[in-house]
Amino acid sequence: MKSKKNNWLSRAVALLLPLLLLTSAAFAQTSAAEPEMADALRASGKIYVVVLVLVIIVTGLLVYLIRLDGKVSRLEKEVGE
Amino acid sequence: MKWWKYLTIVLLLYTVVMGFLGHVPRLAILNETERNLYFHVPMWFGMTIILFVSVVNAIRYLRNPSPRLDILAHESVKTGVIFGVLGLMTGSLWARFAWGTWWTADVKLNGAAVTMLIYGAYLVLRGSVRDEQQRARLSAIYNIFAFSAAIPLLFIMPRLYDSLHPGMGGNPGFSKYDLDSSMRMVFYPAVIGWTLLGVWITEVSCRFAFVKEKIYEKQEKQLA
Repeated sequence: MKSKKNNWLSRAVALLLPLLLLTSAAFAQTSAAEPEMADALRASGKIYVVVLVLVIIVTGLLVYLIRLDGKVSRLEKEVGE
Repeated sequence: MKWWKYLTIVLLLYTVVMGFLGHVPRLAILNETERNLYFHVPMWFGMTIILFVSVVNAIRYLRNPSPRLDILAHESVKTGVIFGVLGLMTGSLWARFAWGTWWTADVKLNGAAVTMLIYGAYLVLRGSVRDEQQRARLSAIYNIFAFSAAIPLLFIMPRLYDSLHPGMGGNPGFSKYDLDSSMRMVFYPAVIGWTLLGVWITEVSCRFAFVKEKIYEKQEKQLA
């Protein structure tokens, strides 16, 4: 049970890490007096703060949902569904 | 946990990370707000799909009544309404900065608002009927009306009139001119991820309602 969980986690990390690395391509872009984009924000690297905040929020909500899911599963077992 | 729940987690985290860090085309006025496409639009995709699931279960209920089908339809509407309200709120915020106003008398916007009112009335209707079978039957019939009103309001009417909203009034929207291939790589996973999240929430709340039903049944048997 425990190893299964770790296995899943490592797989998720292995999937997400390359995606994060891919984003370095986004940094390479520079503006040419075109519509204003968040270049400065990106250059200073602070966009990662926002990304992390959202990752925390989404992870928190998902953990809450997973726990709720587990609680309902236990209830189902108790009632004999 | 079922496999699609892991998929939901991966897709949502991917959406949040790539939604901010991925490449988007440079567009005037929209600027970085076009990233909202990964968050605002999937709310409506998710809502429509979940409400469709609901109406299917309502029809199944009318053909073959069972408390389970009623619960499935009811919980789906609740999730759909949450998604719809979030869609309205995020859309309004986006409109403030793209169009300069929180709300405007636009067919698409008003259609979406009326849809939410119709489904709000579904919940009111359910709350006002005591008898379980009558409530289930009434709300199943109303559900069919609600869905068949929602689809024209959301997807047909706005196309017949002029609208500010992308995809309306002869405007092909993001799909043709603005949505480049790098955005698609985030947009489609985002739609699937958010929809699956809605399905997951609905699944948990349905299972909870099933258990509650079972406990009540047991109690009634004990009393009898």
